[in-house]
Amino acid sequence: VLHTTRPLHTTQQSLAPVPPLPEKGGEVRHGLIPEEFFQFLYPKTGVTGPYMLGTGLLLYLLSKEIYVVNHETAAAACILTVIVYAIKKFGPDVAAFADKLNEEKMASALAMKNDTIQTLQTAIEEEKKEQWRAEGRSYLFDAKRNNIAMLLEANYRERLLTVYNEVKKRLDYQVALQNLKRQKEQDHMIQWVEKNVVQSITPQQQKESIAKCILDLKALSKSAHAAV
Amino acid sequence: GPLAERPLMEVRLGELHTWISTCSFSAQGLLGAVQRAWGSYCAKYIHVKQGGPAGISMLLAGYCLLSYGWNYQHFSKASCFRNS
Repeated sequence: VLHTTRPLHTTQQSLAPVPPLPEKGGEVRHGLIPEEFFQFLYPKTGVTGPYMLGTGLLLYLLSKEIYVVNHETAAAACILTVIVYAIKKFGPDVAAFADKLNEEKMASALAMKNDTIQTLQTAIEEEKKEQWRAEGRSYLFDAKRNNIAMLLEANYRERLLTVYNEVKKRLDYQVALQNLKRQKEQDHMIQWVEKNVVQSITPQQQKESIAKCILDLKALSKSAHAAV
Repeated sequence: GPLAERPLMEVRLGELHTWISTCSFSAQGLLGAVQRAWGSYCAKYIHVKQGGPAGISMLLAGYCLLSYGWNYQHFSKASCFRNS
């Protein structure tokens, strides 16, 4: 159950981005005593003040046997020497190694961030290109409309041609029919006339015409002989 | 700021006893004070990009001092028996 009377997000505080870590830690002298202590005593005692304080304290503890010197003191001294020597000798190498690890982590994270930014940039450009392409859709539709109009026109003209051809065929048929009829009538008439004429030529007329022809031929031949 | 809300380092010596009188000594108050002290120590010496040996060495030195203080009776008795 969400108590809607409780105000949410009233402050400007936000958890991200996380502020970066400070570069160096607080200053510490001799690895044990923070620098603030020396600064605290500087106005009153100068530079050597804290050291005198340390020496005096040490002598007081030793002389009053508040710090007891026993076998553990020797062990502590040896261990401290070894530790200090090790830190002085291998410190910088370990520091460099740790820095390298950190650098690698940072570099991989940065590379990932850059790659993501790059991918998003290319995506933005692709999107813009697609938008530009979409603007040309009017041309596409015009071309399609033109195509369809051309198809319709071609179809219409084909059908017109078919109609024309069909009509012409029918008309040609009628014409041919009429011609044939007339031809047949003509032939029939010619035949009938010839038949009748041949029938009407009696044998008597035939003899008379042949004799006339012979006479004509003789006359012609005479005129031909004379011409020659 | 007002005296009650300042951290210990910013309180002057003269105002120390008034400051102590303002802080709460209940279990929660003490626990909060311990948590804040530990948090500020970590933020100053441990959670840095280039920390040195100072961070842990101070903790170890404190541990040595504390353990010496707790076992002081044993040390003093042992040395007494040995020296005599």
